[in-house]
Amino acid sequence: MLKILFFAALRERLGCASTNLDLQGQVLTARDVLNQLASQSTQWQPHLADTDLLCAVNQQLVPLSHPVTAGDELAFFPPVTGG
Amino acid sequence: MSLRIVVQQQDFAVASEYERLRQDARCGAVVTFTGLVRELAEAELLSMTLEHYPGMTEQALTQIATEAQQRWQLGAVTIIHRVGTLLPNEQIVFVGVASAHRAAGFAAAEFIMDYLKNRAPFWKKEHTSSGEYWVAAKVSDQAALQRWE
Repeated sequence: MLKILFFAALRERLGCASTNLDLQGQVLTARDVLNQLASQSTQWQPHLADTDLLCAVNQQLVPLSHPVTAGDELAFFPPVTGG
Repeated sequence: MSLRIVVQQQDFAVASEYERLRQDARCGAVVTFTGLVRELAEAELLSMTLEHYPGMTEQALTQIATEAQQRWQLGAVTIIHRVGTLLPNEQIVFVGVASAHRAAGFAAAEFIMDYLKNRAPFWKKEHTSSGEYWVAAKVSDQAALQRWE
């Protein structure tokens, strides 16, 4: 199972802070997961299509081309604005 | 090379953080930066909420500080970032760097802030007299990273 987290404006737009995805043994990229989630919900689709979204795998900032496997923690979020 | 990374709701005291940073006699310089909640030009800012990604935040700040320690010869480094609800003029972030000479301290403090602004998973939401808005990332903050590449 892949754990998926959403933060900040994205979390609010989706109305969801976390979800799980059964990868069924596949190795997907973060982008594949984003596309799969978008295809499952027309309400989520426009928010997940935001090209500014950042992603982290196991709490490390990575490009969307990064692979994910079962047991990973994947997070999607808008550009950060701390400091 | 002691490293102090703190993410907390409570406020911090710059004087005691400075005292902690100035304990090493090999360091002749301490540079500190404090970021505050600023008023808005467009509307009255009532408060600001800072959200973060627990776990990743601490790791990201540790990585940024460690990279600064690799680039410059530094003594103690402290990064404190608050989360939760903050009011105008409250303290948000503290970066403190001790070094032998001032140049390394100034550079490292700026480096840490530039990377924190672009890489640490914090998000600000402003609560104003005309509504609630997530703060948009600034192109100027992204551009600031380029000078370190």
